[in-house]
Amino acid sequence: MLSEGSSFMKGIALGGTFCLLLSLLGSFTPGMQSSPEDHHHHHHHIKAPTKDELQSLSDSQMVELSQRVRVYCVIMVQPSVLVYWSTAKDTWGKHCDNAVFYSSESAKALEAVDLNEQDEWAKLRKALKHAYDNAGDLRWFFVARSTTFAIIENLKYLVLAKDPNEPFYIGHAMKSGELEYVEYQSGIVLSYEALKRLVNVFKDEDKCPERGRALWKLSEEKQLAICLKYTGVFAENGEDIQGKRLFNSKSVGSLIQDSMDKKNLDVVEGCCSDLAITFSGMSPNQMQVMMFGVYRLRPYGHNFHDSLIFLPPEGSDND
Amino acid sequence: MKGLSGSRCCFYMGFLVGTLSLYFLRQVWFDMSMEPAVLGEGQDSSVAALSKERQASDSNIWRMEGATLINLNHPHHTGEDSHVADELYRKVRILCWVMTGPSNLQTKARHVKATWSRHCNVVVFMSSIDDPDFPTVGLGTGEGRDQLYWKTIRAFHYALEHHGNDADWFLKADDDTFVVVDNLRWVLSNHTPEEPLYFGKRFKPYAKQGYMSGGAGYVLSKEALRRFVEGFKTKVCTHTTSVEDLALGQCLEKMGVLAMDSRDTLQRETFHPFVPEHHLTGKFSKSFWYWSYCYYPIVEGPRCCSDLAVSFHYVDPELMYTLEYWTYHLRAYGYRYRYRPPLPQGLVERLAQTERPTVGTAGRGRTPAGITVGGDGDQSKAESGAKPLSDKGGKETLGKIPIDNNRTEVTQERHG
Repeated sequence: MLSEGSSFMKGIALGGTFCLLLSLLGSFTPGMQSSPEDHHHHHHHIKAPTKDELQSLSDSQMVELSQRVRVYCVIMVQPSVLVYWSTAKDTWGKHCDNAVFYSSESAKALEAVDLNEQDEWAKLRKALKHAYDNAGDLRWFFVARSTTFAIIENLKYLVLAKDPNEPFYIGHAMKSGELEYVEYQSGIVLSYEALKRLVNVFKDEDKCPERGRALWKLSEEKQLAICLKYTGVFAENGEDIQGKRLFNSKSVGSLIQDSMDKKNLDVVEGCCSDLAITFSGMSPNQMQVMMFGVYRLRPYGHNFHDSLIFLPPEGSDND
Repeated sequence: MKGLSGSRCCFYMGFLVGTLSLYFLRQVWFDMSMEPAVLGEGQDSSVAALSKERQASDSNIWRMEGATLINLNHPHHTGEDSHVADELYRKVRILCWVMTGPSNLQTKARHVKATWSRHCNVVVFMSSIDDPDFPTVGLGTGEGRDQLYWKTIRAFHYALEHHGNDADWFLKADDDTFVVVDNLRWVLSNHTPEEPLYFGKRFKPYAKQGYMSGGAGYVLSKEALRRFVEGFKTKVCTHTTSVEDLALGQCLEKMGVLAMDSRDTLQRETFHPFVPEHHLTGKFSKSFWYWSYCYYPIVEGPRCCSDLAVSFHYVDPELMYTLEYWTYHLRAYGYRYRYRPPLPQGLVERLAQTERPTVGTAGRGRTPAGITVGGDGDQSKAESGAKPLSDKGGKETLGKIPIDNNRTEVTQERHG
């Protein structure tokens, strides 16, 4: 009896050790889940150039880069909420090299391209085609709804060293099954090459149908990702040097509140990136306050010796 | 024989039991460690752990002297050049005292402690009761609106008695005031603490030279503070009313302290009695008391507020952190601010002695290091914007900082 008991105990001990050993070996594989929020495994990340990278460039190279990084803003508006059109026009839109508004229908006092379209995906297609045809010498395209707030200078910094003749499709990358797409609400960035390929594949009714899949309707952000995928363009996640999101679908206040709820030791550090590009869900008044917060309010005597200078827009007093 | 096979069987069984039980145990441990600590009884221990962590990190920020917090280092941000702010920190020493109470410590005062107060040279949280943990000073008063002037009188007396030598300027703020202390130093930098001066959001009624709004925060020079305390000693000043800002203003006027203009070089207000949204986008109704109170003309819209704003009031905890984010963290890369006031005179000489060689050597006979890019397709700006640098830079003698609004010192640093 005793020998059986002791064998049993030996068995348990050995079995436990065996299991622990296996799990230790297993923990070295990348199968380990990171934080619950980050359950999208992003294959592609885009980060802004480091100070060292920029310092290694010659002055003429810097001039070239600065002339190349000019942004055409595609801003989608709804005539039912006119105030967002006028707010975008009066706030962040001024920092685009060309800000063009696209509306589902025409309305009095609304200066926008009338797409004459109610379907979201069809609207997006038409707007992007129009942008491509009217790009002029602008090589980067930022697509957002007028309820999003963008800091275009930080967008320019992010793509500064990227060649717009290469395909880029950047924003907050999300995953739905096997499809990786950029979240519309936090803004979409397309390089000239990506837009060119997209406009081309628009002609292909099989790969990129205008009215969407017949059986079920995919959101326009996913449709966009599918069409781009056919042309070999994949979603990339824009993040800063610490890996924080640059494209946000919530407002600053909301993200601060989240950080407070998580009881972070440093609420502000745990919240948002210093060089964030977009926020969403703010009221028109809050957007005016953002202009003050981003472009004006600062502590005297603190300087960042950035490699580029962006001048303030003409005829404006809120930035 | 029989025993052997029996024990071997038991061994295998034991092995199985051991493996399985440890496997499940590991899963449970894994799930628990992944979950954020917000559930039930787990919360108490995690809150305790958090406050321990907080105390540990606080000890890197402050040295506690009784209930006073002495700042160990001027907070720095990654990648920034703060030598001007550091010089101001040394030259313009500010003691910040925050009016609070026991019931507000966890709901309001602790957010002040976690944000703007870290930029003061010395911080004291003033309450009716001593609290060695927070820490707060107990002023021996009651709580409530009628106690406000008593608290103010005692708080200022405490500050002069205990820290008269640790600071040059003495700021009073509420626990729902947000202060950009670096900007306050800029406002004060061209004045001397040996003069009897006081700054804040100036109101005009009830006092000949006006008085400063309590909620928006106000600052006394050391001489002004000495006279305030002297006034009570000689009974020239007494507790007249509980309206602390007015009462203090009237006492200071009697003692010959000057109410100053704290507006920036474009006459824009720096101390604000409301939140940014209210000043920037709100329309004050003409019957609102504010119109008849303001000493200087009210400006609505963007010109209400200086870029170098010093304070806002009625700031809730979420807005405290949001303001800290906007002020010290969020920025537009490379953006050249419209408002670029010259360095204060007193600072120019001091900085010249400690200046780094890279500044002032822009004109090396080549195109300036920094590139200018205009918004709104302003390509022409790129050339014209860059030109002034090569012209002026070469003429600079080393160590002299030109006080010139067109200059963009940012650019030289690229090769610095």
